[in-house]
Amino acid sequence: MTTLDPIQVFRTEAAELFEQIEGGLLDLLHDLSNQDQIDAVFRGLHTLKGSGAMFGFEALAAFTHHCETAFDRVRKGEVPASAELVACVLAAQDHMKALVDRPNGDHAEEGDRLLAELQAAVGGQGGIGTVVTPPLAASAPAKAENAATTWKLSFRLPSNAMANGTNPLGLLDELRELGTCEIKADVSKVPGLNQIEPADLYVSWQVTLTTEQPRSAIDDVFIFVMDEMELQIEQQSSPTPAAGIKATDTPTAPAAEKTVTEPPAKAEASPAAVAETKNGKAAENVRVPAERLDELMDRVGELVIAQSRLSQLAGSSVDIQLRAVSEDVERLSGELRDTMMVLRMVPVTQLFSRFRRLVHDLARETGKMIELEFEGETTEVDKTVIERLADPLVHLVRNSIDHGLELPDERIAAGKDRAGRVLLSARQAGGEVIITIKDDGRGINRERVRAKAEASGLVQPGQQLMDQELLQLIFQPGFSTAAQVTNLSGRGVGMDVVKKTVEALRGVIDIRSEPGRGSEISLRIPLTLAIIDGLLVRVGSGNYVIPLSAVEECLELSLEEDLRSRGRSFISLRDSLVPYLRLRDLFRTGTAPDRYQKVVVISTGDERVGLVVDQIIGDHQTVIKSMSKLHHDVVTFSGATILGDGSVALILDVMHLINVGQQQEAQLRAAG
Amino acid sequence: MTIAASKHEFDRLWNGAEELAVLTFNLNGETFAIEAIVVQEILDLLPETSVPGSQAFVGSVINFRGKVIPLADIRLAFGMEATKPTIDSRIVVIELDLGGEPTLIGIRTDRVYEVTTLSRSASEPPPSVGMRWRADYIDCLVKRDGEFIILPNLNAIFNSRGERGGSAAANSEGR
Repeated sequence: MTTLDPIQVFRTEAAELFEQIEGGLLDLLHDLSNQDQIDAVFRGLHTLKGSGAMFGFEALAAFTHHCETAFDRVRKGEVPASAELVACVLAAQDHMKALVDRPNGDHAEEGDRLLAELQAAVGGQGGIGTVVTPPLAASAPAKAENAATTWKLSFRLPSNAMANGTNPLGLLDELRELGTCEIKADVSKVPGLNQIEPADLYVSWQVTLTTEQPRSAIDDVFIFVMDEMELQIEQQSSPTPAAGIKATDTPTAPAAEKTVTEPPAKAEASPAAVAETKNGKAAENVRVPAERLDELMDRVGELVIAQSRLSQLAGSSVDIQLRAVSEDVERLSGELRDTMMVLRMVPVTQLFSRFRRLVHDLARETGKMIELEFEGETTEVDKTVIERLADPLVHLVRNSIDHGLELPDERIAAGKDRAGRVLLSARQAGGEVIITIKDDGRGINRERVRAKAEASGLVQPGQQLMDQELLQLIFQPGFSTAAQVTNLSGRGVGMDVVKKTVEALRGVIDIRSEPGRGSEISLRIPLTLAIIDGLLVRVGSGNYVIPLSAVEECLELSLEEDLRSRGRSFISLRDSLVPYLRLRDLFRTGTAPDRYQKVVVISTGDERVGLVVDQIIGDHQTVIKSMSKLHHDVVTFSGATILGDGSVALILDVMHLINVGQQQEAQLRAAG
Repeated sequence: MTIAASKHEFDRLWNGAEELAVLTFNLNGETFAIEAIVVQEILDLLPETSVPGSQAFVGSVINFRGKVIPLADIRLAFGMEATKPTIDSRIVVIELDLGGEPTLIGIRTDRVYEVTTLSRSASEPPPSVGMRWRADYIDCLVKRDGEFIILPNLNAIFNSRGERGGSAAANSEGR
């Protein structure tokens, strides 16, 4: 077992905290008065500061401290949350990330600039604010005019609190800052010396606190330890005259029990590594390196293969017991495979949430108003797919915003809302997940696409193009219709990368666009890269797998039809002509056709092609094995799989076959 | 291939050592040798699946312990005839670095002899004339017991085919 590098652990933790802080900040933008989000951001910043200091990221801790302070004031209602403040803290957060990644880099200048901005965002507001409360430290001497209340608190921290980094004295100091305190330690639970665990906490406290601060201020003291502790707060008496406070204020009034008097420490002494209180369920998750999952996946894949061999053997045996065991193994390995698949699945929220920040920044840069909406965030997709999709989606969203959405004034002129909408949605359909980026902007300008394509020689002037073909031109390398190269897009790199990435994931891109109404780009990606449902067919003496998600239907190709269609490779399927390919010819098997050949109709979107095979064997769960570099020039196959008898079957690349079929159709059309 | 380049390949193979452990095998009557260190396993013939549309030289794939690996016939690279498999035919599985990826490849052989050591003093770079095979496909020739053992340059054979597609295979088939 390898020991984890603590710094690395912190970085992982920090990454999560950043996500939490960023999420909170962006939510806050929608509802600036949302106290829960303000608290969440504050807690995140606080934990980051604490852990940062613990792991030696001093610069980070110091910098974060300022942001935390700023948010503390927001939390206490001294300063209203504002969009400027959020933007400022978002920028500050990027700086914190830099501090985490390169703790020794020179960040001082950038940090000072951000802090100045932060000051402006908070201080400026504080000046005009009506609810200016004096700093807490100053509030300790009670003000006579404020109604002071006496609270009786008793609290007990869990025995491992100190081991977790909570400093009870810090809590007491914070209480003391709120008002006059009389603190009694209850040492009745302290065991005899022989039983004492030095690191455990046995003491509980009873505090009589007189303060003009509201009850929430007391709660705030315990905000980081609230979940694990016992805390009782009772209001003891209604407003006490100021003189009364003075009387109890005398620290020289030790009761029967020991009064704790410690020099007041600064707030930094308070809990450093506090458990994240809100997401208590985080503890139930286990972080596993992805490669271990991949290894497990391989083993499961091999098990599935071994199991199907076993069931073939058992099927041909008369031994009842062997059959029973084989059935058990079949069921178990099936379940194991399903569980394994789920392990790798993560909700697309992970993918989508990073766009909120992107869109926020883009809106500021472009001066456009953008509403980003999500749909189907809970749809689950293989983790690898999610990771590989991140970059293409960034390109697409940028394109939507930069090329698609208009400026607010243009939108009003066009009779639309000021704010442009970008909708990111995900849904599952069969073995595929469909991710759609939809905007309500100006749509794709087909004339400009065409003009550009003609200018760069991609199409001949006057060449007939189907609408979809024309739109797909935007995925050609070096293609951009942006008249000006902007910071965001328009360099013509990106879109072809999008297409390549999606195709590498065995996915397809559909584009729809209505002038003036917006565009919609859909990515259809297989749910997983590792296992597919396939239709096992025989062509000549070889077995091949056709991905089931592409199969539309199977029908018989009668001998007469086969002979009749020598000249034209079309079958008519419910009044539409579907071109077909004889895989026997394509693969040059050199064998005679079976008497009852079958046609498997495959499709992607609107395009359909029939594949003539000799025999349909049945459906088959397929563990995809990639082919080596030596076979990269063979485009007909996307991979291979191992069948129950140990032999290898090749998996047909549906996209490629459809292209071949369409070309054949086009040639025939041209000839006819 | 220049003499300097072949000298370089020659030196890379021996790497200063006087002896080299190899696996020797027979292809169409010629004795070949592969560095023992790259050999993973020697298998009996397995059911093969031909890959339509691939180069004849790597025309099929096999199931090697749950992995799908290409089965290569280097006889075709040397312009030899592909003969029918016999009872002595074996598949030698090697691991080779192809464009940065370690790749398992099965090589068809007519018969596997032994693991042995060859000595550098008996070896020489391929002659630039008087040979019917491509000189850059051969690392060196080692004389032993009155015959030559051929050490093929597997990197050159497989990498050139990976990149250039079928042209090289077409050439060698044509001869």
